Amino acid sequence: MMKTWQAGKRLLPMTAALGLLLAGCGREDLSVLRPQGPVAESSYGLMKLSITIMIVVLLIVFSIAAYVWIRFRRKKDQDEIPEQVEGSFKLEVLWTVIPLILVIVLAIPTVKVVFAAGNDHSDDKDAIKVKVTGHQYWWEFEYKDYGITTAQDLIIPTGKHIAFELSTKDVLHSFWVPSLAGKMDTNPDGTVNRFSFSAPNEGVYRGKCAELCGPSHGFMEFKVKAVSGDAFEKWIASMKAPESVMPEDPVLAEKFKSQCLSCHAIGSMPASPVAPSLTGIGSRESVAGILLNDDTREDGAPVLENLKTWLHDPQSVKPGNKMPNPKDRGLSDEEIDGIAEFLAGYTLD
Amino acid sequence: MDWITTVDHKKIAILYLWAGGLFFGIGGLEAILIRIQLIKPMNTFLDAQTFNELITMHGTTMIFLGVMPVIFALMNAVIPLQIGARDVAFPFLNSLGFWTFLFGGLLLNLSWVMGGAPDAGWTAYTPLSGKGYSASHGVDFYTIGLQIAGLGTLIGGINFLATIITMRAPGMSFMRMPMFAWATFITSAIILFAFPAVTVGLVLLTFDRILDANFFDVAGGGNPVLWQHIFWIFGHPEVYILILPAFGIISEVIPTFSRKRLFGYSSMVFATILIAFLGFMVWAHHMFTTGLGPVANALFSVSTMLIAVPTGIKIFNWLFTMWGGQVRFTTPNLFAAGFIPTFTMGGVTGVMLASAPADFQFHDTYFVVAHFHYVIVGGLVLGLFAGLHYWWPKMFGRMLSESLGKWTFWTFIIGFHLTFFVQHFLGLMGMQRRVFTYLPNQQFDTLNLVSTVGAFLMGVGMIIFLVNVFLTSRRPADAPDDPWEDGRTLEWTIPSPPPEYNFKQTPLVRGLDAFWKEKMAGHKGMTPAEPVGPIHMPSATILPFLMSVGIFIAGLGFMFSRDEFSSSIMSFLFNNYIVTALGLLITFGSMLMRSLFDDHGWHIEPEELEGR
Ligand code: HEM
Ligand SMILES: [Cu+2]
Repeated sequence: MMKTWQAGKRLLPMTAALGLLLAGCGREDLSVLRPQGPVAESSYGLMKLSITIMIVVLLIVFSIAAYVWIRFRRKKDQDEIPEQVEGSFKLEVLWTVIPLILVIVLAIPTVKVVFAAGNDHSDDKDAIKVKVTGHQYWWEFEYKDYGITTAQDLIIPTGKHIAFELSTKDVLHSFWVPSLAGKMDTNPDGTVNRFSFSAPNEGVYRGKCAELCGPSHGFMEFKVKAVSGDAFEKWIASMKAPESVMPEDPVLAEKFKSQCLSCHAIGSMPASPVAPSLTGIGSRESVAGILLNDDTREDGAPVLENLKTWLHDPQSVKPGNKMPNPKDRGLSDEEIDGIAEFLAGYTLD
Repeated sequence: MDWITTVDHKKIAILYLWAGGLFFGIGGLEAILIRIQLIKPMNTFLDAQTFNELITMHGTTMIFLGVMPVIFALMNAVIPLQIGARDVAFPFLNSLGFWTFLFGGLLLNLSWVMGGAPDAGWTAYTPLSGKGYSASHGVDFYTIGLQIAGLGTLIGGINFLATIITMRAPGMSFMRMPMFAWATFITSAIILFAFPAVTVGLVLLTFDRILDANFFDVAGGGNPVLWQHIFWIFGHPEVYILILPAFGIISEVIPTFSRKRLFGYSSMVFATILIAFLGFMVWAHHMFTTGLGPVANALFSVSTMLIAVPTGIKIFNWLFTMWGGQVRFTTPNLFAAGFIPTFTMGGVTGVMLASAPADFQFHDTYFVVAHFHYVIVGGLVLGLFAGLHYWWPKMFGRMLSESLGKWTFWTFIIGFHLTFFVQHFLGLMGMQRRVFTYLPNQQFDTLNLVSTVGAFLMGVGMIIFLVNVFLTSRRPADAPDDPWEDGRTLEWTIPSPPPEYNFKQTPLVRGLDAFWKEKMAGHKGMTPAEPVGPIHMPSATILPFLMSVGIFIAGLGFMFSRDEFSSSIMSFLFNNYIVTALGLLITFGSMLMRSLFDDHGWHIEPEELEGR
């Protein structure tokens, strides 16, 4: 075993160089190659090791091939019959043993990481427990210990282990935050998956659904927002404090209640199984997971505008999603805009 | 009519080739549409539903209907010749296998015009493929079409097993068999063990959808992950069903154009068997993220990595076959040369994927898309091109144009690497697979554009190949028996194209590379193992065609048995299973005919053989 480790070590300089090179690829909040937490880091370590080994293999194969093609190319009027070599026991053993060693060099750390404890923190008293539920095409996050449920934005404190319990309400989805950890499928009840990650640094990370789940599979995104411990406590507190949240105009309030709250929940209402909670939607990172609430960026827009886009035609934003068009529910354009304004102003402090 | 009733393996090979070409073309068009949609972010060229249908049909068509028949075409054309046989073991079954395959494929593609193609991915994961989430008949076309086509594949596989076991020419022991025959033998064995699994899976899914069974429905006590296991227990060996024949082809082409025997023949045989064996043990590496737990993930990780060892043996043996030889870059050998580095790149990404914790990141991203296209297109399709150019003169008596062949090669392979190399990076940068579009500003835009441009270049390569085929077909059929001059195996000892009976006299095999051995001994041809005598030939028959039509009708009937039609006659016919029964009646009636009326075939007399 000593030997294989040494072989592994000899690959280190190349691994390091490769790491630097790959780190240039992609956005920090999205790319697998720029890990922002220990779990993604451990996958990335294996990736660097395996890429290094594989590049070595490729270089050997390519150079032998190039040499053979050039050196043994048939020349004009070359007509003698080449020796019909049967094979070579020594050589054949050589290229059985070398790949075997390379495989062992990769297999040992792989098995180690597979078993690495700490990837399941469901019994950890200190961990934040979040139940993730996949829906066509939105994400629900339930913090059982705090009795709150939110959607689309997963708020987590930095430095703490987040212990996830994953499942789905309909088809299979896969929960993936590339820069924080690899993905894990959400299976129906009975085969619930558990795993965990942590984010040392504050920031907003992009999450995706990685299992084909219907037409809007590609739009089933979410955001992971890592905040300081204090900010997290404050967020929890404001989520728990049920405010009077209703549009001021009584007609609008009535419409909102009868047409929207039949599926959605806000404030202290019990979470709805069919639609995302709207509590504090005005302060979320995005509307519907994909319309970015950031007017400083060219692919973003103010939250009000995004809400209007969504409410005026949900199908055109996310084809195949399950929300009825408010117009078909008898809301006029003005009423829709009014509700959008109300929601945009519904923020948590 | 001749083509519908033929039982001659050489004609069936050509039928497989045309059918495969047709489906390959359809799958290729689907691919181009997919790439056009992904050329830029938030593209609206296709809608989401159509896109999902296209990716589903592209994958299904390419794997089951595009490359499989081309593999079967080459096997049919070459195997009996290579082992010195006059036909396959069961010519009637051979024809039946083709027709069920064709009608299954047609049924599947009918979905485009009959109200919606399957849309749950070629892997058809439940519950998305269940009736609750895929309400059109799309997935029914998938289950029933593949069931029928799979029947043909299974029949074909069993036929090759029997042929290779029982019909080798005198002197051809297993260890003297050409590598392509070995590959066919092992591939057929994999088919024999793997296809029953998918047959069962498809039956269960059909029952779930049409008869409201609950095999994969949690609410009814079923389990959707069960589908994944069944699918991949078939699906993983399936990828070896695809690649082993390519290995076989490369092992024929490289020695011929290096003028050397295959380096390490026995280790090649051993490696092939080992790959097939390991191929059955690693299915769950497609399911690392399903939550199998660390023990299963560790085991499947390591067993998957082990496949790299026999694969490596093969690659180095090919390289050392050329070492010390006289390498000639004809079109077939150019494709074989392109195969080695390209396939190796697909192999090494496979080993990377095998590391489970790393696969948590790779899985279901464009990295995987790149990986399997490197093995399937960069490995198998390049192999098939090598084989087609190599054996074309034997199949059709005409040499394909070498210069057009080289153009095909260069456009295709450059296009290929442009298309798929960048996809590794797309995956690593966070692009999931099977997305109908993507948001801007994720740094995916340029790479996707490059990928689409590459796809068009590959398309150009395919068109040049078709032009080559067309132009060649108009030239006289004057290819010599041994057109590459350095042929080593038995197929090069007989005329191109071979006569109906292949060998006037069964040859006597005196070693590996039987023909080469005779040439080195100064002989012009093979020593016959028997005197000239009457040759028994099977009769042509339309029954296999009719049986397949029957199954096709029965499949359609079953699929629509629960539908309400606007016309009451239609409802009556379908809802009472009358259409289904009619189809089955045709099939079983034909079977009955076959068993009641003995057909002893016919003979070609010695005078006729000599009179040629
Ligand atoms: C050294 C050889 C190989 C290794 C170690 C290997 C390994 C793997 C692994 C681990 C995956 C799962 C990746 C994931 O979904 O996350 C995979 C996927 C795949 N491989 Fe390979 N592979 C090898 C060769 C091949 C060959 C020869 C073929 C086909 C001719 C092939 C075709 C595929 C296909 C089609 C998929 C994707 C299936 C899907 O998800 O749709 N592979 N391979
Ligand atoms: Cu999803």
